[in-house]
Amino acid sequence: MNACAPGKMQYNDNYKGKHNMSEEVKLMKGNEAIAHAAIRYGADGYFGYPITPQSEVMETLMALKPWEDTGMVVLQAESEVAAINMVYGGASCGKAVMTSSSSPGVSLKQEGISYCAGAELPCLVVNVMRGGPGLGTIQPSQADYFQATKGGGHGDYHLIVLAPASVQEMADFVGLGFDLAFKYRNPAMILADGVIGQMMEKVVLPPYRPRRTEEEIRKTMPWATQGRTPDRERNVITSLELDPAIMEQRNIKLQATYRRIEENEIRYEKLNCEGADYLMVAFGSMARICQKTIELAAAEGIKLGLLRPITLWPFPYAAINETAKGKKGVLVAELNAGQMIEDVKLAVNCSLPVEHFGRLGGIVPSPDEVLAAIKEKLM
Amino acid sequence: MTHEIIIAGFGGQGVLSMGKILAYSGLMEGKEVTWMPAYGPEQRGGTANVTVILSDERISSPVLHSYDIAIVLNQPSLDKFEDKVKPGGILIYDSYGITTPPTRTDIECYCIDATEIAAQMNNSKAFNMIVLGGLLKLCPMVTMDSVIKGLKKSLPERHHKLIPMNEQAIYKGMESIVPMKR
Repeated sequence: MNACAPGKMQYNDNYKGKHNMSEEVKLMKGNEAIAHAAIRYGADGYFGYPITPQSEVMETLMALKPWEDTGMVVLQAESEVAAINMVYGGASCGKAVMTSSSSPGVSLKQEGISYCAGAELPCLVVNVMRGGPGLGTIQPSQADYFQATKGGGHGDYHLIVLAPASVQEMADFVGLGFDLAFKYRNPAMILADGVIGQMMEKVVLPPYRPRRTEEEIRKTMPWATQGRTPDRERNVITSLELDPAIMEQRNIKLQATYRRIEENEIRYEKLNCEGADYLMVAFGSMARICQKTIELAAAEGIKLGLLRPITLWPFPYAAINETAKGKKGVLVAELNAGQMIEDVKLAVNCSLPVEHFGRLGGIVPSPDEVLAAIKEKLM
Repeated sequence: MTHEIIIAGFGGQGVLSMGKILAYSGLMEGKEVTWMPAYGPEQRGGTANVTVILSDERISSPVLHSYDIAIVLNQPSLDKFEDKVKPGGILIYDSYGITTPPTRTDIECYCIDATEIAAQMNNSKAFNMIVLGGLLKLCPMVTMDSVIKGLKKSLPERHHKLIPMNEQAIYKGMESIVPMKR
């Protein structure tokens, strides 16, 4: 399954940018790929504040100086809170704007993210997760699954959450995230971790496409605050509504959007699931580790399959339920103490044993640890 | 064919950049590559390591528990990674500062006096390329041509004048690697 389908990215190949030499295979870090992909998508602005392990996103953008070429704004804000509110401002004008951070910084952004969701603002937030809680560690973790998929900020809202498992997907999901955010007028999040952010792999960057013109924004986003014109009333962007009757209607509208997203945008990848005795469910870097576990297990005659959710919200409940049928058990492997396992249990509805394997606080397990967990917990 | 390699040593020895050049060289040959650095407290505490995988097939995990080849450039790295070489695998170490040499007999151990050779060359920065030369002598996983191309890709243009020196260091390393004396 193509990670970007449905809603495959549309790029304008005719644009002749300064760096127009696409299709070349490059070697770079996941964080660098995010930066390159943002420029190539035609993003209008990036606002951030440095934090390990994602500082290369802003570093790369600063080095590439897109403001000299596409006109994209790159700004180091005074704090994470400022950065997300700059995103709120840019998105209000219909601009393609983004921010990135790592776990503690993303916690700081939650108020702003909730406001973006409440005001139906399309934007992209990247979280390259590190171990927590608190300031935690700078090592890779997936302990922000709940925060990303179950709210994070206050109120009844959802982000569209994409979980890349390679540097290529880091690049691809920038465009996909923006496209989905604009399609549904809802914030999107790339939920990566220190492994995916820091490792270098081969990547083919998407072609350049131009930034949207003011005219295009006016046409496609009539809600954007670009200045009142004589033919319409002024646009107001706010998440505040004191009349609860109106606020309930707003919530109902948001929920309708979430149901449409759930219907249309679920993405996942299946590996080796046909004929497997046991199913692993893992996302991001942990899914890569589990791929190696499949190889190790096969050498011992154990048949393992892997289902990798690509969208963590909307979550592939039905696909997991279907794939788990006839298996002897499910192992959910995560870099946390057991978060996605709750959704996997909901998906299979107690029809078979579901066990968890996780390492905490920034420790990344090796593929044989996952195999040992399967033997211990399921066999 | 897949090569799973760990390179470990002190920060400043060029561990990460040696891995990067190896990865770029693999890229030049159309191989699949991953380069996964330890970017955490190890890096800040003075030791550094990087996992490099070169393969003809799609690479699954960038994080490994055992390696085909371990290149260890100080005693702490030797202590940490000797046990993690697969049986029949290769361990390469620089004897400088090594007080407890490797003891395993089910792996091939090689020694390269890269610190000393770099000092003779009067160029401490050639150190990591000498080690790379030693690796390529034992295990020619990429051609010299690809290494030069990889150097060009990974070094900023202003440093391209240093490529002949690096090439010389790689050849020097090829001549200098020897099996460990048991």
